[in-house]
Amino acid sequence: MDVTGLSLTTITLFLPMVGLAILLFMNGETQKANLKWVAFATSVVTFVASVLMWINFDPSTSELQMAQRNTWAEISLGDSVINVSYFVGVDGISMLLVLLTTFIMPIAILGSFGSHIFEERGREKLYYIFLMLLEWSMLGVFVVHDLIIFYVFWEVTLVPMYFLIGIWGSEERIYAAVKFFLYTMAGSILMLIAILYVGNRAGTFSTYSAGGDIGVIERVHNWEGEGTYWDGVGPEGESEEAGFLFNSVESWLFLGFLVAFAIKVPIFPFHSWLPDAHVQAPTAGSVILAGVLLKMGTYGIVRFNLNLFPEATVAWAPTIAFLGVVGIIYGAWVSYAQDNVKKLVAYSSVSHLGFVVVGIFALNAQGLQGATLQMVNHGISTGGLFLIVGMLYERWHTKEMADYGGVWKMMPLFGGISLVISLSSMGLPGLNGFIGEFTILLGSLGSDYLGFAFTLFATLGVIMAAVYLLKMFQHVFMGELKKPLSSEAGYKLSWSEKAAFIPILIMIFWMGIQPIVFFNMLDVSVDSIVALFVR
Amino acid sequence: MFESPTIAEFLADSNLASTLPGALLLTWTLILVLVDLFAGEDRAHWTPVAACIGLGISFLSNLFVYSPAEGEQIALYGMFIADAFTGFLNMVILVATLIAILMSWDYLNRADIHRGEYYILALISSAGAMFMVAANDLIVIFVALELLSIPLYILAAFRSIKNDGSELSLKSEESGMKYFILGAFSSAFLVFGAALVYGATGATNIPQIFSVVGAIIGGTSAATFYLLIGAALLVVGLGFKVAVVPFHMWTPDVYEGAPTPVTALMSVTAKVGGFAALLRVLVTGLSALALAEGGAAAWQTTATIIAILTLVLGNFVAISQRNLKRMLAYSSIAHAGYIMVAVAAAGTATAIDAATQSALVYMMAYMFTNLGAFAVVMAIEREDGSGGNIEDITGLAKTRPLMAMAMTVFMLSLTGIPLTAGFVGKFMVFASALQAGLFGLAIIGVLTSVVSAFYYVRVVVNMYLRDSSVDLQPALETPYVRWAINIALAGTMIFGIFYPLATNLVGMVSIA
Repeated sequence: MDVTGLSLTTITLFLPMVGLAILLFMNGETQKANLKWVAFATSVVTFVASVLMWINFDPSTSELQMAQRNTWAEISLGDSVINVSYFVGVDGISMLLVLLTTFIMPIAILGSFGSHIFEERGREKLYYIFLMLLEWSMLGVFVVHDLIIFYVFWEVTLVPMYFLIGIWGSEERIYAAVKFFLYTMAGSILMLIAILYVGNRAGTFSTYSAGGDIGVIERVHNWEGEGTYWDGVGPEGESEEAGFLFNSVESWLFLGFLVAFAIKVPIFPFHSWLPDAHVQAPTAGSVILAGVLLKMGTYGIVRFNLNLFPEATVAWAPTIAFLGVVGIIYGAWVSYAQDNVKKLVAYSSVSHLGFVVVGIFALNAQGLQGATLQMVNHGISTGGLFLIVGMLYERWHTKEMADYGGVWKMMPLFGGISLVISLSSMGLPGLNGFIGEFTILLGSLGSDYLGFAFTLFATLGVIMAAVYLLKMFQHVFMGELKKPLSSEAGYKLSWSEKAAFIPILIMIFWMGIQPIVFFNMLDVSVDSIVALFVR
Repeated sequence: MFESPTIAEFLADSNLASTLPGALLLTWTLILVLVDLFAGEDRAHWTPVAACIGLGISFLSNLFVYSPAEGEQIALYGMFIADAFTGFLNMVILVATLIAILMSWDYLNRADIHRGEYYILALISSAGAMFMVAANDLIVIFVALELLSIPLYILAAFRSIKNDGSELSLKSEESGMKYFILGAFSSAFLVFGAALVYGATGATNIPQIFSVVGAIIGGTSAATFYLLIGAALLVVGLGFKVAVVPFHMWTPDVYEGAPTPVTALMSVTAKVGGFAALLRVLVTGLSALALAEGGAAAWQTTATIIAILTLVLGNFVAISQRNLKRMLAYSSIAHAGYIMVAVAAAGTATAIDAATQSALVYMMAYMFTNLGAFAVVMAIEREDGSGGNIEDITGLAKTRPLMAMAMTVFMLSLTGIPLTAGFVGKFMVFASALQAGLFGLAIIGVLTSVVSAFYYVRVVVNMYLRDSSVDLQPALETPYVRWAINIALAGTMIFGIFYPLATNLVGMVSIA
């Protein structure tokens, strides 16, 4: 395979930058009306490109597809030369998350079409520029297979999100934006140290092998010495032995990566930035944050922690899965106690992503497939919930649940859509949420590394999800209308709002009814990871 | 029989050609002194133009002298070394001086000081820095250091008296005086240290020192004691110039009080010169100064402790600063700490080249970014030098969006966010620290850069996320300072995005 030629992945990755360049040269005042169209068109074209990738995608191999690798720099550090390369490509997991990203973006942009935030804050041009930058950097995180370039994309996502929250957010936006920035940076900078160590030891930052150069993953997996690859200092002992967790290099490297990802996911107890960021972010920001940004964390765990540090993964699996279960219960519990509807949805993310964490650390095929599907499901349904909250806020200008009631009566279509999305989020069979959660629970039950108790308590989370989501639906949509709007026209959904919901509904039903399409994409890619953990 | 050599023989023996970049700049400057003196008031505005031309000539000669094929050249009978290290840092110094002169042009007009001497002093100081990065002898280090510092003392006090004799809010005089007294004090340490090292080794030439250090360590004479004390005093003297903790006390007051372009210039050239000398002395001269067979150099622990203190103090104290110049002063202390991480890493024999290269990349990134940040601060100042507080940039994104955008890039680069030069510098420094096995130092380094994000991001918050509560100053800046910002911005972005450019430039540097 020619790996240096221009690949479809590269084209998809840089399409948002084309949109950004066009936006840069437009006049923010005279062409104000066209800005959103340029951004929307770019995101749609990017989506089409990613669908083309999907069509070209061959699910029968775990190799990276549509790969491209060009040497970017050879950094000589004394005796060793470390290879940094522009290395992109997709396997099943990446493919699915690329599709999720390009799918959520146009919806998020549509969702901000009629928004009032520009009347207050202005700077529409900057807003769309940041959205394009965000899409580019998120896609980069999912397709890049060089640790340094990955880190670059990973950190760059911080900047546009920081500005989106900070400029166009609600009252407490500055606090939330700074907290978001510092919290996530603190985590990822420790990953930088781990990345530098890995690159230094392996002599390359490429994770996969390509074009004759052996990548880090292959080196680790084919290691035929005493102990583990990373220990390197000799027979330190097996992973079961006491002391591995805190005395081995591999374990510390694992934690270096994990802290960065755990903060992004967020895994309990690293979640405290999330409610602030979500509540203060503008609608599009919340949708992207919940829809894609959090998945960067879980994706990172699957791609790097599991592949690079298999022994440490096994050793840490019960602990992290336990934190995942705590997150499920805690998130659901706190979510139930909220009066603020946006905060409720935000905490539900902590709960839902707890499932993903449990699925990943079940370390078997069902668990990982379920986790990956749940990433997508959560992106679609929670993204949808944030859209709903955003539309409510546009009309009533409040996030307090007590101020709502009876919305269904006045807005029957909106109420119906909201019901479907809420049901999908709570995991009703036939809709997408069920597929992911069910597969994860199945995986955790059959796991060699997790016990029955994990499944039991995780299942409690499914029930609790129904409790808090129904509570929200009941308070907002049912009962008597508490605050009538000043004009009847306010109750109508605009075309852009309707259009934003259509793709979400399609995906909710499609993934619920025909999940085999998506399982097929993941099958082989997941198996190649799981092969590391078969006992 | 002693025969007096002909001129041609002298030129060949002393290899004067390889000193051209610094020598040309100094010669040009000395001619400029006379030209400026006789040119008259109405032609005073030509002095900065001439200064820029001088920098250009020096830059071109630097490109010719340090072509990769030439390798390492020794000039002036071993006193002066021209290698890739010198060539790279010469370029850094010249670009820094160019940016600072563009800033000064604007500043002097604004402050109504029409003195050509200003530019001449700046050029002399830069020539001193260029000799310092090429110094191969403790005596040359001292002479070059004085050549670098004395003009800076004068420049720091340049705005002491207002033209009408009234009080000025800028504490320029205090700044110059403080800098001078403490600078002179630290020079004494440097000289004394050099004397002790000479006493122990019998040499002032750095490679010669290296060749006898091993023998001294092997024996158990008093020479070992003098060598260690001498080395420590050299570190103190140079540590003062580069402002590492605990030799940093002068920095905030001097940086705040000096005219902003001078602050910008000295925050870069003095550090570059100081670190270059520190690397030459420690790595080239004393790398064999190990207390145990095959162990790391004896000064590694010292350098590590200094680096940790500098990182922690610089970053934490910067948080509480309200004045931007003071904040940047503490931030420059912190950045000296990151370069110090690289110096410490050079103490491990296997990481010497990696560490030296990373220090160079860091200095270049720091040069572009820091000068850019100071240029923005200067652009928003009032004409009496006040108005550089954190409140004064509130709402800058609305009133001057391009300026705010540039400042954002500089702040992100100082934080070390990817796609900026600052990231490349940090990346290289931490990689070399890991290669040297200094894990704890690397982790402290990254954690303190999270702390630094707090105060850098606050600047961005004030520019973009808050609406102005104070009356914004009318834009006073002229095209010159905008050019300064543009050059700094281009450097920060280009070396950040295409970082092979930076890493390839230093790829052949080796001073061990």
